[in-house]
Amino acid sequence: MKLFAMQSEPIEIALLDKGLRDSHCGAVATFAGRVRDHHDGRSVDRLVYEAYTKLAQDQGERIVEDAMQRFDIRHAFSVHRLGELGVGECSIWVGVSAAHRKPALAACEYIIDNIKSQVPIWKKEFFSDGTTQWVNCAACAQLAGNV
Amino acid sequence: MRIALEYYAILREMAGRNTEELELVVSTPADVYTHLAAKYGFHISQARLRVAVNDSFVDWQHQLEEGDRIVFIPPVAGG
Repeated sequence: MKLFAMQSEPIEIALLDKGLRDSHCGAVATFAGRVRDHHDGRSVDRLVYEAYTKLAQDQGERIVEDAMQRFDIRHAFSVHRLGELGVGECSIWVGVSAAHRKPALAACEYIIDNIKSQVPIWKKEFFSDGTTQWVNCAACAQLAGNV
Repeated sequence: MRIALEYYAILREMAGRNTEELELVVSTPADVYTHLAAKYGFHISQARLRVAVNDSFVDWQHQLEEGDRIVFIPPVAGG
């Protein structure tokens, strides 16, 4: 199984969770990111995620491989969903299993933090008032019609 | 030299296209971005971007070669 995957289909968390099971592992740490109904105090209807696929795949795999090296863990993988997601839908899932809880929790946090800061994936917010904004690019564009 | 560009997210919207090929007198990604910022009115300063050539991150002074494929990467927002 790939250490990092991207897909347009809904993320099947129960299935992914099964992949972490190992009788050697007493700790399973997972993170699920879900679409929030607000951003910067504004009501959000949906998000659209887009990736520079080749580099995102390489970077995502590298981050999970790094975690396998840095922490005393047995299994780790992450799945990121692309395309349009509604409020409450899962955009990213990270799972780690290890003999003990501290490395499992630390590795899970390491993976999600690094995916968010490094992988070339972008999200566009569609607000309830009809406007849109690329997250982290609010100051990037002052085009008419965009806030 | 002939180079290929791929655009994503806000840069794709500003450029109005996904890809293009250009023949430019340039040496580095910094040169290319200067040209494109003027052409498309990109409002993002180079300082806020990263750049990849042939699917690997490079620095802005990387020496380009004929046929290189360049992607300018706006601030990411995965997860």
